[in-house]
Amino acid sequence: MLEKIKKYRRLWGVLIPYLIWIGVLFVIPHIKLFGLSFIDYRSDEITLGNYSKFFSSPLYRRVFLRTGIFAIATTMLTLAISFPTAFIITKILGKTMKSVVLLAVILPYWISELIRAFAWMVLLRETGVVSYMLQVAGITSENVEFLYHNGTIMVGLIYTSMLFMIIPIMNSLDSLDDSLIEAAYDLGGNFWSTMKEVIIPHSGPGIMVGSTMVFMLNLGNYVTVTLLGGKNSLWFTENIYNQFIVRFNQNQGAAFGVILLTFSVLLVWLSLKVTKQDMAGAM
Amino acid sequence: MFTTDNKLKSFSYWFYYGYIVLILLFTAGPLIVTFILAFNSNESASFPWQGFTLDWFSSSTPDRVGLFDDVRMMSAVGTSLKVATVVTIISILLGVNNAFLFVREKFVGKEFMYMLMLGPLVVPGVVLGTSILSFTHSIANSLDSAMGFGAGSFLRPGFWLVVFGQVSFVATTTTLVITARLRKFDISLEEAAMDLGTTQAQAIRLITLRFLMPAVIGAAIVAFLFSFENFNTTYFLSGADNSTTVPIILYSRLRFGITPQINAVSVLLMVSTGILGGLAALFQKSDD
Repeated sequence: MLEKIKKYRRLWGVLIPYLIWIGVLFVIPHIKLFGLSFIDYRSDEITLGNYSKFFSSPLYRRVFLRTGIFAIATTMLTLAISFPTAFIITKILGKTMKSVVLLAVILPYWISELIRAFAWMVLLRETGVVSYMLQVAGITSENVEFLYHNGTIMVGLIYTSMLFMIIPIMNSLDSLDDSLIEAAYDLGGNFWSTMKEVIIPHSGPGIMVGSTMVFMLNLGNYVTVTLLGGKNSLWFTENIYNQFIVRFNQNQGAAFGVILLTFSVLLVWLSLKVTKQDMAGAM
Repeated sequence: MFTTDNKLKSFSYWFYYGYIVLILLFTAGPLIVTFILAFNSNESASFPWQGFTLDWFSSSTPDRVGLFDDVRMMSAVGTSLKVATVVTIISILLGVNNAFLFVREKFVGKEFMYMLMLGPLVVPGVVLGTSILSFTHSIANSLDSAMGFGAGSFLRPGFWLVVFGQVSFVATTTTLVITARLRKFDISLEEAAMDLGTTQAQAIRLITLRFLMPAVIGAAIVAFLFSFENFNTTYFLSGADNSTTVPIILYSRLRFGITPQINAVSVLLMVSTGILGGLAALFQKSDD
Protein backbone atom coordinates (compact mmCIF):
# COMPACT_ATOMS: atom_id res chain seq x y z
CA MET A 1 0.00 0.00 0.00
CA LEU A 2 2.71 2.42 1.07
CA GLU A 3 4.74 1.32 -1.93
CA LYS A 4 1.83 2.14 -4.20
CA ILE A 5 1.32 5.60 -2.73
CA LYS A 6 5.03 6.28 -3.16
CA LYS A 7 4.85 5.18 -6.77
CA TYR A 8 1.90 7.45 -7.49
CA ARG A 9 3.59 10.37 -5.85
CA ARG A 10 6.65 9.79 -8.01
CA LEU A 11 4.54 9.56 -11.17
CA TRP A 12 2.62 12.75 -10.44
CA GLY A 13 5.82 14.50 -9.43
CA VAL A 14 7.13 14.23 -12.99
CA LEU A 15 3.77 14.23 -14.75
CA ILE A 16 2.61 17.58 -13.39
CA PRO A 17 5.55 19.70 -14.62
CA TYR A 18 5.16 18.05 -18.03
CA LEU A 19 1.43 18.75 -18.10
CA ILE A 20 1.92 22.37 -17.08
CA TRP A 21 4.48 22.92 -19.83
CA ILE A 22 2.64 21.17 -22.65
CA GLY A 23 -0.75 22.40 -21.46
CA VAL A 24 -0.01 26.06 -20.84
CA LEU A 25 2.48 26.59 -23.65
CA PHE A 26 1.08 24.33 -26.34
CA VAL A 27 -2.32 22.67 -25.94
CA ILE A 28 -4.40 25.48 -24.41
CA PRO A 29 -2.98 28.19 -26.72
CA HIS A 30 -3.90 26.07 -29.73
CA ILE A 31 -7.39 25.43 -28.38
CA LYS A 32 -7.65 29.17 -27.82
CA LEU A 33 -6.49 29.82 -31.38
CA PHE A 34 -9.05 27.35 -32.66
CA GLY A 35 -11.81 28.99 -30.62
CA LEU A 36 -10.83 32.50 -31.69
CA SER A 37 -11.10 31.53 -35.33
CA PHE A 38 -14.86 31.02 -34.93
CA ILE A 39 -15.53 34.41 -33.39
CA ASP A 40 -16.36 37.59 -35.21
CA TYR A 41 -13.86 40.25 -34.43
CA ARG A 42 -16.30 43.13 -34.21
CA SER A 43 -19.43 41.62 -32.65
CA ASP A 44 -17.80 38.80 -30.61
CA GLU A 45 -20.44 36.41 -31.92
CA ILE A 46 -19.83 32.88 -33.07
CA THR A 47 -19.36 32.79 -36.81
CA LEU A 48 -17.83 30.93 -39.72
CA GLY A 49 -17.11 34.27 -41.34
CA ASN A 50 -13.37 34.11 -40.83
CA TYR A 51 -13.26 30.90 -42.85
CA SER A 52 -15.72 31.98 -45.49
CA LYS A 53 -13.62 35.10 -45.97
CA PHE A 54 -10.70 32.85 -46.84
CA PHE A 55 -12.68 30.79 -49.32
CA SER A 56 -14.42 33.76 -50.91
CA SER A 57 -11.37 35.97 -51.30
CA PRO A 58 -9.42 35.15 -54.44
CA LEU A 59 -6.37 36.91 -53.01
CA TYR A 60 -6.09 34.78 -49.86
CA ARG A 61 -6.88 31.65 -51.83
CA ARG A 62 -4.25 32.41 -54.42
CA VAL A 63 -1.61 33.16 -51.81
CA PHE A 64 -2.45 29.92 -50.05
CA LEU A 65 -2.33 27.88 -53.23
CA ARG A 66 0.90 29.53 -54.25
CA THR A 67 2.48 28.78 -50.87
CA GLY A 68 1.36 25.15 -51.02
CA ILE A 69 2.60 24.56 -54.56
CA PHE A 70 5.90 26.29 -53.86
CA ALA A 71 6.39 24.32 -50.67
CA ILE A 72 5.81 21.04 -52.50
CA ALA A 73 7.95 21.94 -55.51
CA THR A 74 10.78 23.12 -53.28
CA THR A 75 10.57 19.93 -51.24
CA MET A 76 10.99 17.86 -54.41
CA LEU A 77 13.94 19.94 -55.56
CA THR A 78 15.50 19.62 -52.13
CA LEU A 79 15.08 15.86 -52.33
CA ALA A 80 16.66 15.78 -55.80
CA ILE A 81 19.70 17.67 -54.54
CA SER A 82 19.96 15.97 -51.15
CA PHE A 83 19.64 12.31 -52.15
CA PRO A 84 22.88 12.20 -54.14
CA THR A 85 24.58 14.16 -51.36
CA ALA A 86 23.44 11.70 -48.69
CA PHE A 87 24.35 8.77 -50.93
CA ILE A 88 27.85 10.04 -51.65
CA ILE A 89 28.51 10.87 -48.00
CA THR A 90 27.39 7.47 -46.70
CA LYS A 91 28.46 5.09 -49.47
CA ILE A 92 31.29 6.67 -51.41
CA LEU A 93 33.47 8.79 -49.18
CA GLY A 94 36.11 7.30 -46.92
CA LYS A 95 35.90 7.68 -43.19
CA THR A 96 37.90 10.90 -42.84
CA MET A 97 36.36 12.63 -45.84
CA LYS A 98 32.95 11.59 -44.59
CA SER A 99 33.30 13.39 -41.29
CA VAL A 100 34.91 16.45 -42.90
CA VAL A 101 32.12 16.81 -45.46
CA LEU A 102 29.44 16.10 -42.89
CA LEU A 103 30.81 18.79 -40.61
CA ALA A 104 30.95 21.27 -43.49
CA VAL A 105 27.34 20.50 -44.36
CA ILE A 106 26.08 20.63 -40.76
CA LEU A 107 27.97 23.65 -39.39
CA PRO A 108 26.12 26.29 -41.43
CA TYR A 109 22.88 25.01 -39.94
CA TRP A 110 23.95 26.02 -36.48
CA ILE A 111 23.93 29.59 -37.67
CA SER A 112 20.70 31.55 -37.42
CA GLU A 113 18.31 31.26 -40.35
CA LEU A 114 18.25 35.03 -40.45
CA ILE A 115 21.99 35.23 -41.02
CA ARG A 116 21.79 32.56 -43.70
CA ALA A 117 19.09 34.52 -45.53
CA PHE A 118 21.16 37.66 -45.09
CA ALA A 119 24.15 35.93 -46.69
CA TRP A 120 22.06 35.34 -49.80
CA MET A 121 20.95 38.96 -49.79
CA VAL A 122 24.60 40.00 -49.79
CA LEU A 123 25.16 37.85 -52.87
CA LEU A 124 22.01 38.52 -54.84
CA ARG A 125 20.88 42.10 -54.26
CA GLU A 126 21.16 44.70 -56.97
CA THR A 127 24.51 46.02 -55.79
CA GLY A 128 25.49 42.62 -54.49
CA VAL A 129 28.38 40.30 -55.12
CA VAL A 130 26.92 38.29 -58.01
CA SER A 131 25.86 41.42 -59.84
CA TYR A 132 29.37 42.82 -59.35
CA MET A 133 31.01 39.62 -60.59
CA LEU A 134 28.89 39.63 -63.73
CA GLN A 135 29.96 43.19 -64.45
CA VAL A 136 33.62 42.40 -63.88
CA ALA A 137 33.28 39.44 -66.21
CA GLY A 138 31.75 41.76 -68.78
CA ILE A 139 28.51 39.81 -69.07
CA THR A 140 26.44 42.82 -68.16
CA SER A 141 27.19 46.50 -67.75
CA GLU A 142 24.44 47.34 -65.27
CA ASN A 143 23.43 46.22 -61.81
CA VAL A 144 21.20 43.17 -61.89
CA GLU A 145 18.61 42.53 -59.20
CA PHE A 146 18.43 38.84 -58.30
CA LEU A 147 16.37 39.31 -55.16
CA TYR A 148 12.57 39.31 -55.05
CA HIS A 149 12.11 36.58 -57.66
CA ASN A 150 10.34 33.27 -57.21
CA GLY A 151 13.57 31.47 -57.98
CA THR A 152 15.34 33.35 -55.19
CA ILE A 153 12.73 32.24 -52.70
CA MET A 154 13.22 28.64 -53.79
CA VAL A 155 16.99 28.83 -53.49
CA GLY A 156 16.60 30.31 -50.03
CA LEU A 157 14.17 27.62 -48.93
CA ILE A 158 16.37 24.82 -50.26
CA TYR A 159 19.31 26.39 -48.48
CA THR A 160 17.60 26.64 -45.10
CA SER A 161 16.08 23.17 -45.06
CA MET A 162 18.44 20.90 -47.01
CA LEU A 163 20.06 19.40 -43.93
CA PHE A 164 16.72 18.12 -42.70
CA MET A 165 16.51 16.07 -45.87
CA ILE A 166 20.13 14.90 -45.92
CA ILE A 167 20.28 13.57 -42.34
CA PRO A 168 17.22 11.25 -42.40
CA ILE A 169 18.26 9.84 -45.80
CA MET A 170 21.79 9.29 -44.49
CA ASN A 171 20.38 7.46 -41.48
CA SER A 172 18.44 5.03 -43.62
CA LEU A 173 21.31 4.57 -46.10
CA ASP A 174 23.64 3.84 -43.19
CA SER A 175 21.48 0.88 -42.27
CA LEU A 176 21.73 -0.54 -45.79
CA ASP A 177 24.37 -3.25 -45.71
CA ASP A 178 26.94 -2.77 -48.46
CA SER A 179 26.83 -6.48 -49.16
CA LEU A 180 23.28 -6.04 -50.44
CA ILE A 181 24.52 -3.55 -53.01
CA GLU A 182 27.25 -5.98 -53.91
CA ALA A 183 24.75 -8.81 -54.25
CA ALA A 184 22.68 -6.68 -56.62
CA TYR A 185 25.76 -6.20 -58.78
CA ASP A 186 26.64 -9.88 -58.63
CA LEU A 187 23.15 -10.70 -59.85
CA GLY A 188 23.78 -8.63 -62.92
CA GLY A 189 22.50 -5.24 -61.85
CA ASN A 190 24.08 -2.06 -63.06
CA PHE A 191 24.27 1.29 -61.29
CA TRP A 192 20.79 2.47 -62.20
CA SER A 193 18.97 -0.80 -61.60
CA THR A 194 20.72 -1.23 -58.24
CA MET A 195 19.72 2.32 -57.40
CA LYS A 196 16.13 1.69 -58.39
CA GLU A 197 15.64 -1.80 -56.97
CA VAL A 198 17.78 -1.72 -53.84
CA ILE A 199 19.07 1.64 -52.70
CA ILE A 200 16.07 3.93 -53.20
CA PRO A 201 13.49 1.49 -51.80
CA HIS A 202 15.66 0.96 -48.74
CA SER A 203 15.95 4.67 -48.09
CA GLY A 204 12.17 5.12 -48.40
CA PRO A 205 11.61 5.87 -44.70
CA GLY A 206 14.41 8.44 -44.69
CA ILE A 207 13.07 10.10 -47.83
CA MET A 208 9.63 10.19 -46.24
CA VAL A 209 10.76 11.72 -42.97
CA GLY A 210 13.03 14.19 -44.75
CA SER A 211 10.35 15.28 -47.21
CA THR A 212 7.81 15.71 -44.45
CA MET A 213 10.14 17.83 -42.35
CA VAL A 214 11.26 19.96 -45.27
CA PHE A 215 7.70 20.47 -46.44
CA MET A 216 6.59 21.61 -42.99
CA LEU A 217 9.58 23.93 -42.71
CA ASN A 218 8.84 25.44 -46.13
CA LEU A 219 5.17 25.93 -45.42
CA GLY A 220 5.81 27.61 -42.09
CA ASN A 221 8.76 29.68 -43.22
CA TYR A 222 8.69 33.38 -42.65
CA VAL A 223 12.16 34.96 -42.43
CA THR A 224 13.81 33.53 -45.50
CA VAL A 225 10.75 34.09 -47.64
CA THR A 226 10.11 37.68 -46.62
CA LEU A 227 13.77 38.71 -46.79
CA LEU A 228 14.52 37.10 -50.14
CA GLY A 229 11.08 37.56 -51.66
CA GLY A 230 10.34 41.03 -50.33
CA LYS A 231 6.89 42.36 -51.05
CA ASN A 232 6.44 39.86 -53.85
CA SER A 233 6.85 36.83 -51.65
CA LEU A 234 3.07 36.43 -51.03
CA TRP A 235 3.64 33.66 -48.51
CA PHE A 236 0.74 32.48 -46.40
CA THR A 237 2.51 33.01 -43.07
CA GLU A 238 2.74 36.69 -43.98
CA ASN A 239 -1.06 36.84 -44.01
CA ILE A 240 -1.12 35.47 -40.48
CA TYR A 241 1.41 38.04 -39.37
CA ASN A 242 -0.49 40.89 -41.04
CA GLN A 243 -3.79 39.96 -39.44
CA PHE A 244 -2.28 39.70 -35.98
CA ILE A 245 0.18 42.55 -35.92
CA VAL A 246 -0.85 45.02 -38.61
CA ARG A 247 -4.65 44.76 -38.57
CA PHE A 248 -5.12 43.61 -34.97
CA ASN A 249 -7.64 41.09 -36.26
CA GLN A 250 -6.74 38.10 -34.11
CA ASN A 251 -9.76 36.14 -35.22
CA GLN A 252 -8.98 36.28 -38.91
CA GLY A 253 -5.33 35.51 -38.16
CA ALA A 254 -6.39 32.56 -36.00
CA ALA A 255 -8.50 31.17 -38.83
CA PHE A 256 -5.51 31.43 -41.19
CA GLY A 257 -3.35 29.69 -38.60
CA VAL A 258 -5.86 26.85 -38.27
CA ILE A 259 -6.05 26.52 -42.05
CA LEU A 260 -2.27 26.34 -42.34
CA LEU A 261 -2.02 23.78 -39.57
CA THR A 262 -4.86 21.64 -40.94
CA PHE A 263 -3.40 21.67 -44.42
CA SER A 264 0.06 20.64 -43.28
CA VAL A 265 -1.20 17.90 -40.98
CA LEU A 266 -3.48 16.63 -43.73
CA LEU A 267 -0.73 16.53 -46.32
CA VAL A 268 1.68 14.79 -44.00
CA TRP A 269 -0.97 12.24 -43.07
CA LEU A 270 -1.82 11.70 -46.73
CA SER A 271 1.77 11.19 -47.79
CA LEU A 272 2.30 8.71 -44.98
CA LYS A 273 -0.86 6.90 -46.03
CA VAL A 274 0.05 6.79 -49.70
CA THR A 275 3.55 5.48 -49.10
CA LYS A 276 2.29 3.24 -46.27
CA GLN A 277 4.96 4.55 -43.96
CA ASP A 278 4.67 4.68 -40.26
CA MET A 279 6.06 7.96 -38.99
CA ALA A 280 7.09 6.58 -35.63
CA GLY A 281 8.87 3.66 -37.27
CA ALA A 282 10.61 5.94 -39.74
CA MET A 283 11.98 8.21 -37.05
CA MET B 1 37.99 -1.10 -48.89
CA PHE B 2 35.33 -3.48 -50.03
CA THR B 3 34.51 -4.26 -53.61
CA THR B 4 31.08 -2.63 -53.70
CA ASP B 5 32.76 0.59 -52.97
CA ASN B 6 35.03 0.19 -55.96
CA LYS B 7 32.20 -0.76 -58.25
CA LEU B 8 30.23 2.30 -57.28
CA LYS B 9 33.30 4.45 -57.46
CA SER B 10 34.01 3.27 -60.97
CA PHE B 11 30.66 4.67 -62.05
CA SER B 12 32.12 8.05 -62.06
CA TYR B 13 34.61 8.95 -59.42
CA TRP B 14 34.90 12.51 -60.58
CA PHE B 15 31.20 13.02 -60.75
CA TYR B 16 30.88 12.19 -57.05
CA TYR B 17 33.63 14.49 -55.91
CA GLY B 18 32.54 17.28 -58.21
CA TYR B 19 29.04 17.02 -56.84
CA ILE B 20 30.19 17.20 -53.24
CA VAL B 21 32.38 20.21 -54.00
CA LEU B 22 29.36 21.97 -55.54
CA ILE B 23 27.22 21.17 -52.50
CA LEU B 24 29.89 22.49 -50.15
CA LEU B 25 30.19 25.62 -52.25
CA PHE B 26 26.43 26.03 -52.01
CA THR B 27 26.27 25.55 -48.25
CA ALA B 28 29.40 27.41 -47.20
CA GLY B 29 29.93 29.89 -50.07
CA PRO B 30 27.40 32.56 -49.08
CA LEU B 31 28.59 32.49 -45.48
CA ILE B 32 32.24 32.79 -46.46
CA VAL B 33 31.49 35.81 -48.67
CA THR B 34 29.51 37.44 -45.85
CA PHE B 35 32.42 36.78 -43.51
CA ILE B 36 34.98 38.34 -45.83
CA LEU B 37 32.89 41.45 -46.51
CA ALA B 38 32.75 42.26 -42.79
CA PHE B 39 36.41 43.26 -43.12
CA ASN B 40 36.06 45.22 -46.35
CA SER B 41 36.35 48.97 -46.04
CA ASN B 42 33.77 49.41 -48.82
CA GLU B 43 30.68 50.99 -47.27
CA SER B 44 28.25 49.27 -49.61
CA ALA B 45 28.90 45.85 -48.05
CA SER B 46 29.91 44.51 -51.42
CA PHE B 47 32.93 44.18 -53.65
CA PRO B 48 35.24 45.72 -54.90
CA TRP B 49 37.69 45.22 -52.11
CA GLN B 50 38.78 48.57 -50.69
CA GLY B 51 41.16 47.41 -48.02
CA PHE B 52 41.03 45.63 -44.71
CA THR B 53 39.27 47.36 -41.82
CA LEU B 54 37.86 46.60 -38.40
CA ASP B 55 35.65 49.69 -38.51
CA TRP B 56 32.46 47.60 -38.78
CA PHE B 57 33.31 46.06 -35.44
CA SER B 58 34.61 49.07 -33.58
CA SER B 59 34.40 52.66 -34.75
CA SER B 60 32.21 55.53 -33.71
CA THR B 61 32.72 58.08 -36.44
CA PRO B 62 29.35 59.47 -37.64
CA ASP B 63 29.31 57.56 -40.93
CA ARG B 64 30.83 54.37 -39.58
CA VAL B 65 29.31 52.88 -36.47
CA GLY B 66 30.96 49.64 -35.46
CA LEU B 67 28.83 47.00 -33.86
CA PHE B 68 30.49 47.32 -30.47
CA ASP B 69 29.76 51.06 -30.47
CA ASP B 70 26.15 50.61 -31.46
CA VAL B 71 24.26 50.96 -28.20
CA ARG B 72 21.01 49.43 -29.43
CA MET B 73 22.76 46.47 -31.03
CA MET B 74 24.78 45.79 -27.90
CA SER B 75 21.67 46.00 -25.76
CA ALA B 76 20.00 43.47 -28.09
CA VAL B 77 23.00 41.17 -27.59
CA GLY B 78 22.54 41.55 -23.84
CA THR B 79 18.82 40.80 -24.11
CA SER B 80 19.46 37.73 -26.25
CA LEU B 81 22.00 36.42 -23.75
CA LYS B 82 19.58 36.95 -20.87
CA VAL B 83 16.66 35.34 -22.68
CA ALA B 84 18.76 32.40 -23.83
CA THR B 85 20.12 31.79 -20.32
CA VAL B 86 16.68 31.73 -18.70
CA VAL B 87 15.21 29.62 -21.52
CA THR B 88 18.09 27.14 -21.26
CA ILE B 89 17.73 26.71 -17.50
CA ILE B 90 13.96 26.14 -17.65
CA SER B 91 14.22 23.85 -20.68
CA ILE B 92 16.92 21.69 -19.09
CA LEU B 93 14.86 21.25 -15.91
CA LEU B 94 11.84 20.30 -18.02
CA GLY B 95 13.97 18.05 -20.22
CA VAL B 96 15.30 16.04 -17.28
CA ASN B 97 11.83 15.86 -15.77
CA ASN B 98 10.27 14.68 -19.03
CA ALA B 99 13.03 12.13 -19.60
CA PHE B 100 12.24 10.51 -16.24
CA LEU B 101 8.55 10.64 -17.12
CA PHE B 102 8.91 8.89 -20.47
CA VAL B 103 11.66 6.41 -19.56
CA ARG B 104 10.80 5.44 -15.99
CA GLU B 105 7.05 5.79 -15.60
CA LYS B 106 4.18 3.71 -16.92
CA PHE B 107 0.81 5.38 -17.33
CA VAL B 108 -2.28 5.37 -19.50
CA GLY B 109 -1.87 7.44 -22.65
CA LYS B 110 1.92 7.53 -22.47
CA GLU B 111 2.33 7.14 -26.22
CA PHE B 112 -0.12 9.95 -26.87
CA MET B 113 1.70 12.18 -24.38
CA TYR B 114 4.97 11.43 -26.15
CA MET B 115 3.51 12.46 -29.52
CA LEU B 116 2.09 15.59 -27.89
CA MET B 117 5.55 16.41 -26.55
CA LEU B 118 6.83 16.56 -30.17
CA GLY B 119 4.08 19.01 -31.11
CA PRO B 120 5.83 22.31 -30.37
CA LEU B 121 8.67 21.34 -32.68
CA VAL B 122 6.35 20.35 -35.52
CA VAL B 123 3.94 23.28 -35.50
CA PRO B 124 5.23 26.23 -37.59
CA GLY B 125 6.87 28.90 -35.41
CA VAL B 126 4.48 31.55 -36.67
CA VAL B 127 1.46 29.53 -35.54
CA LEU B 128 3.10 28.70 -32.21
CA GLY B 129 3.89 32.38 -31.64
CA THR B 130 0.41 33.60 -32.52
CA SER B 131 -1.37 30.95 -30.46
CA ILE B 132 0.68 31.79 -27.37
CA LEU B 133 0.17 35.48 -28.04
CA SER B 134 -3.61 35.22 -28.27
CA PHE B 135 -3.80 32.96 -25.21
CA THR B 136 -1.66 35.20 -22.99
CA HIS B 137 -3.41 38.27 -24.36
CA SER B 138 -6.78 37.06 -23.11
CA ILE B 139 -5.36 36.05 -19.72
CA ALA B 140 -3.63 39.39 -19.32
CA ASN B 141 -6.91 41.13 -20.10
CA SER B 142 -8.80 39.13 -17.50
CA LEU B 143 -6.06 39.73 -14.93
CA ASP B 144 -6.19 43.45 -15.66
CA SER B 145 -9.94 43.64 -15.22
CA ALA B 146 -9.93 41.44 -12.12
CA MET B 147 -6.98 42.88 -10.26
CA GLY B 148 -6.56 46.33 -11.69
CA PHE B 149 -4.71 47.64 -14.67
CA GLY B 150 -1.18 46.34 -15.07
CA ALA B 151 -1.68 43.08 -13.18
CA GLY B 152 -1.34 41.08 -16.34
CA SER B 153 1.52 43.07 -17.80
CA PHE B 154 4.04 40.25 -17.45
CA LEU B 155 1.93 38.38 -20.00
CA ARG B 156 2.07 41.22 -22.50
CA PRO B 157 4.66 41.07 -25.29
CA GLY B 158 8.00 41.45 -23.57
CA PHE B 159 10.82 39.59 -21.89
CA TRP B 160 8.82 36.90 -20.10
CA LEU B 161 6.52 36.21 -23.01
CA VAL B 162 9.55 35.68 -25.25
CA VAL B 163 10.97 33.31 -22.64
CA PHE B 164 7.70 31.35 -22.36
CA GLY B 165 7.28 31.17 -26.12
CA GLN B 166 10.79 29.84 -26.62
CA VAL B 167 10.55 27.34 -23.77
CA SER B 168 7.56 25.79 -25.51
CA PHE B 169 9.66 24.33 -28.32
CA VAL B 170 13.17 24.39 -26.84
CA ALA B 171 12.01 22.06 -24.05
CA THR B 172 10.99 19.53 -26.71
CA THR B 173 14.56 19.50 -27.99
CA THR B 174 16.11 19.08 -24.55
CA THR B 175 13.57 16.35 -23.76
CA LEU B 176 14.54 14.40 -26.88
CA VAL B 177 18.28 14.61 -26.20
CA ILE B 178 18.09 13.75 -22.50
CA THR B 179 15.49 10.99 -23.00
CA ALA B 180 17.77 9.29 -25.51
CA ARG B 181 20.57 9.27 -22.96
CA LEU B 182 18.43 8.07 -20.06
CA ARG B 183 17.24 5.11 -22.15
CA LYS B 184 20.83 3.88 -22.24
CA PHE B 185 21.15 3.95 -18.47
CA ASP B 186 21.32 0.59 -16.76
CA ILE B 187 18.87 0.89 -13.88
CA SER B 188 20.61 -1.84 -11.93
CA LEU B 189 23.34 0.70 -11.15
CA GLU B 190 20.80 2.74 -9.25
CA GLU B 191 19.51 -0.36 -7.49
CA ALA B 192 23.04 -1.32 -6.53
CA ALA B 193 23.56 2.10 -4.95
CA MET B 194 20.34 1.68 -3.00
CA ASP B 195 21.42 -1.77 -1.84
CA LEU B 196 24.54 -0.11 -0.53
CA GLY B 197 22.41 2.15 1.60
CA THR B 198 21.58 5.29 -0.35
CA THR B 199 18.04 6.58 -0.69
CA GLN B 200 16.58 6.67 -4.18
CA ALA B 201 16.94 10.43 -4.32
CA GLN B 202 20.64 10.12 -3.45
CA ALA B 203 21.11 7.34 -5.99
CA ILE B 204 19.55 9.46 -8.72
CA ARG B 205 21.66 12.45 -7.78
CA LEU B 206 24.93 10.56 -7.43
CA ILE B 207 24.62 8.01 -10.21
CA THR B 208 21.88 8.77 -12.72
CA LEU B 209 22.22 12.53 -13.03
CA ARG B 210 25.96 12.14 -13.31
CA PHE B 211 25.42 9.67 -16.14
CA LEU B 212 23.08 12.16 -17.82
CA MET B 213 25.58 15.02 -17.60
CA PRO B 214 27.04 14.86 -21.14
CA ALA B 215 23.54 14.89 -22.61
CA VAL B 216 22.48 17.69 -20.28
CA ILE B 217 25.43 19.86 -21.29
CA GLY B 218 24.91 19.05 -24.97
CA ALA B 219 21.21 19.82 -24.69
CA ALA B 220 21.95 23.06 -22.85
CA ILE B 221 24.20 24.27 -25.67
CA VAL B 222 21.61 23.36 -28.29
CA ALA B 223 18.88 25.05 -26.23
CA PHE B 224 20.98 28.18 -25.89
CA LEU B 225 21.59 28.32 -29.65
CA PHE B 226 17.94 27.62 -30.50
CA SER B 227 16.87 30.42 -28.19
CA PHE B 228 19.53 32.87 -29.30
CA GLU B 229 18.74 32.52 -32.98
CA ASN B 230 14.98 32.09 -32.89
CA PHE B 231 13.04 34.54 -34.96
CA ASN B 232 9.58 33.24 -35.94
CA THR B 233 8.12 32.69 -32.50
CA THR B 234 10.00 35.55 -30.84
CA TYR B 235 8.83 38.04 -33.47
CA PHE B 236 5.24 37.85 -32.20
CA LEU B 237 6.09 37.89 -28.53
CA SER B 238 8.70 40.61 -28.20
CA GLY B 239 7.52 44.03 -27.21
CA ALA B 240 9.53 46.97 -25.99
CA ASP B 241 13.31 47.26 -25.92
CA ASN B 242 13.81 44.83 -23.07
CA SER B 243 12.77 41.98 -25.35
CA THR B 244 14.37 43.01 -28.65
CA THR B 245 16.71 40.11 -29.32
CA VAL B 246 19.47 40.10 -31.93
CA PRO B 247 17.44 38.41 -34.69
CA ILE B 248 14.59 40.88 -34.14
CA ILE B 249 16.79 43.97 -34.42
CA LEU B 250 18.64 42.48 -37.41
CA TYR B 251 15.39 41.78 -39.21
CA SER B 252 14.07 45.29 -38.68
CA ARG B 253 17.33 46.77 -39.96
CA LEU B 254 17.54 44.45 -42.96
CA ARG B 255 14.23 45.79 -44.16
CA PHE B 256 15.89 49.21 -44.55
CA GLY B 257 19.04 48.05 -46.21
CA ILE B 258 22.32 46.29 -45.79
CA THR B 259 25.28 47.79 -43.97
CA PRO B 260 28.67 46.17 -43.38
CA GLN B 261 27.89 46.34 -39.67
CA ILE B 262 25.37 43.55 -40.21
CA ASN B 263 28.18 41.53 -41.79
CA ALA B 264 30.17 42.15 -38.62
CA VAL B 265 27.27 40.93 -36.48
CA SER B 266 27.07 37.86 -38.71
CA VAL B 267 30.77 37.16 -38.17
CA LEU B 268 30.30 37.41 -34.42
CA LEU B 269 27.35 35.02 -34.54
CA MET B 270 29.07 32.61 -36.92
CA VAL B 271 32.17 32.38 -34.74
CA SER B 272 30.26 31.99 -31.48
CA THR B 273 27.73 29.51 -32.84
CA GLY B 274 30.55 27.65 -34.56
CA ILE B 275 32.34 27.25 -31.23
CA LEU B 276 29.16 26.33 -29.33
CA GLY B 277 27.99 23.97 -32.09
CA GLY B 278 31.37 22.26 -32.09
CA LEU B 279 31.19 21.87 -28.32
CA ALA B 280 27.69 20.41 -28.54
CA ALA B 281 28.86 17.90 -31.15
CA LEU B 282 31.75 16.96 -28.88
CA PHE B 283 29.47 16.33 -25.93
CA GLN B 284 27.08 14.33 -28.03
CA LYS B 285 29.96 12.19 -29.22
CA SER B 286 30.99 11.42 -25.64
CA ASP B 287 27.36 10.46 -25.21
CA ASP B 288 27.79 7.16 -27.06
